[in-house]
Amino acid sequence: MWVALGSIIMMFAGLTSAYVVKRDQPNWTTFEIPKAFWYSTAVILVSSLTIQMALKAFRDREMLRYRSLLTTTAILGILFVVLQWTGFRQIWHTGVTFRGSGGGLFLYIMAVLHGLHVLGGIIALVVLFGKAFASRVRSYNAVPVELMSTYWHFVDLLWIYLFIFFMAIK
Amino acid sequence: MSNEATLHGHPEIQTSHDAHHDEHGVHHHKETFITKYVFSQDHKMISKQFLITGMIWAIIGGLMSVLFRLQLGYPDSHFQFLEDILGSKWAKGGQIQPEFYYALVTMHGTILVFFVLTGGLSGTFANFLIPLQIGARDMASPMLNMLSYWFFLGASVVMLSSLFIETGPASGGWTSYPPLSALGDASEGSKTGMDLWIISMAMFVVSSLLGGLNYISTVLNLRTKGMSMTRLPLTIWALFFTAILGVLSFPVLLSGFILLLFDRHAGTSFYLSDIFLATTGKALPNEGGSAILYQHLFWFLGHPEVYIIILPAMGLVSEVMSVNSRKPIFGYIAMVGSMFAIAILAFLVWAHHMFVTGLNPFLGSVFVLLTLLIAVPSAIKVFNWLTTLWRGNIRFTPAMLFAIGFVSTFISGGLTGIFLGNSTLDIQLHDTYFVIAHFHIVMGVSGILGMFAGIYHWFPKMYGRYMNNVLAYIHFWITLIGAYLIFWPMHYEGLAGMPRRYLDYSNWISFNQFGGLNRFISTVAIIVFAVQLLFIFNFFYSIFKGRRVMTRNPWGSTTLEWTAPIRPGHGNWPGEIPEVHRWPYDYAKDGRDFIPQTEPLGANESAH
Repeated sequence: MWVALGSIIMMFAGLTSAYVVKRDQPNWTTFEIPKAFWYSTAVILVSSLTIQMALKAFRDREMLRYRSLLTTTAILGILFVVLQWTGFRQIWHTGVTFRGSGGGLFLYIMAVLHGLHVLGGIIALVVLFGKAFASRVRSYNAVPVELMSTYWHFVDLLWIYLFIFFMAIK
Repeated sequence: MSNEATLHGHPEIQTSHDAHHDEHGVHHHKETFITKYVFSQDHKMISKQFLITGMIWAIIGGLMSVLFRLQLGYPDSHFQFLEDILGSKWAKGGQIQPEFYYALVTMHGTILVFFVLTGGLSGTFANFLIPLQIGARDMASPMLNMLSYWFFLGASVVMLSSLFIETGPASGGWTSYPPLSALGDASEGSKTGMDLWIISMAMFVVSSLLGGLNYISTVLNLRTKGMSMTRLPLTIWALFFTAILGVLSFPVLLSGFILLLFDRHAGTSFYLSDIFLATTGKALPNEGGSAILYQHLFWFLGHPEVYIIILPAMGLVSEVMSVNSRKPIFGYIAMVGSMFAIAILAFLVWAHHMFVTGLNPFLGSVFVLLTLLIAVPSAIKVFNWLTTLWRGNIRFTPAMLFAIGFVSTFISGGLTGIFLGNSTLDIQLHDTYFVIAHFHIVMGVSGILGMFAGIYHWFPKMYGRYMNNVLAYIHFWITLIGAYLIFWPMHYEGLAGMPRRYLDYSNWISFNQFGGLNRFISTVAIIVFAVQLLFIFNFFYSIFKGRRVMTRNPWGSTTLEWTAPIRPGHGNWPGEIPEVHRWPYDYAKDGRDFIPQTEPLGANESAH
């Protein structure tokens, strides 16, 4: 798992350093961070909190609480992706399209890639969710839940990093 | 995702995993043809799948080199049979057409670098040796392992299909530099062929990542009792570092490809700026892109990639050399340390491929220093191999010959690396045949010799039969001598400034003098290629008709794979997994020829 995260980090490190390199090239244009991205940031932060609480609930064997927290996390995840999409539409309408040559392009690519990773996380959540509601098999093995929460925190931190990156370096 | 791998990697789960497989060892689970040979999750079968797919690619890639060597050696001749086979578009009048020539060199590079020497080499030996040598039932996640092969095969199928489309395969060089690779109008090969190339390579990256994650978690988590990291055979260390390099560098390449794909189809300008296309007579709207950016992203993978190729070969050679010298490997810790140093430096030298791109000379000098530093661990390794051979009781098995051949080509190719690593010399040598000679010897030939050493050495373990020695000796000598005869003269051509990737050099007075030499190189290349077919014959013949292996440990080797049955089932060892008590290189110790790793320490021994 940690190795996989390392691998994902390298991909984004490659992209962000490309961004830094390209910033010095001529014809660089910047863009405004849309409001939706602030909301989505808040949403993903909260979802990190809920999955942490879900993990705790699971360890305390409070299955009902665990289920509802897991559900909340998944919904928040979907909300995040939707908000990202709205954010994109806002930026797109301000005139930053693929035709330009500035930071907007990188924003699109990186945010879409990040969104894909979040979606992967949501799929994993749904799988866990299915397991949590399947009453026949009772598993108190915490490892899948731990892994899930690690991954979820990771995509959260990754977004925070990207968000700060885009705000700080223009 | 890697949930599966890490699930099994976790100690709590690992026990249940082992128990599960122990069961397999006892009642052999039912395997149909499909689960045994096609969708196999057994690491041994997956390794054979990788090996044979890699060999098919090697033949295709090698055949391509024969075709373009025909053109380079005999630029004025007409080979009617080429037109008969390839059609009048690619080989009009029996001569290789320029577009086709570029497609050939591009695909030759792509196939040999990625599909043979990365997929074929790491895929085969990491899968085969990691579980067997560390004492595991299988990989951490057999499922991911199977997927890794199927992504590799998918990538292969897409790449192969690109050879048959109307506009031909990608032809912008194996590095696919934009803007050529980004603009479909720029050349035939940059149309659909380029898209297929990118898709195929993306799948290849996924395959490498799945494989790499699996190799790393297996080595870290599934070692048998007593197998500490410092008791691992050097093969495993090498494959371990290779996997780390792959996992960290391939994603960067993937992001480079994603940007390239957007430039091609979404109208973005990551790599494109201020371009006027002569073929369509149009100025493109793209502004502000930088083609150099792609080179940075590409070579950030591209350089680790050459170590991804050479490290497994180094590991295989170390093991084969120690076994067949009947001596412990000289400087085990130094070997591991130097591989570690190589793995670190691999990430810090990528810009030495870009000295002439207008790189800041100061930055260039930093990269020169870091590049030349690689000579230190490389020299340590060479020294250790030579001292392992020194006064050894050498058995010249085919595998051993190939291992010694590897050291020879690694030295001679490595020395020219010191030339090329200097940014000032590179101004003269960049993009000449000197570079071709350098990387073919140090990476191509060495990598493939290491792979042959591995195949000849572990063939008895893979198939329970021996390969034919006479054919193997013929194969070795002609390959080694042939490789030198092909690539040595290229150094002279390169020093004279002969650029690479040209279709025909006869128009230049300065390169005319090499006409005879080029014919000579081409002739040798054809002979060497023919000898590889002999190897292929030997390989497949021996699978079915080779001499049977009658003893478990035919080479008198200390490592764990030779304690398994001659034809191990899924799960490798019936009953308990052997326990390890000592390091893997106890040869010629205390008056004994060798002491297996499984033997407990004697009364007067201290733990290693």
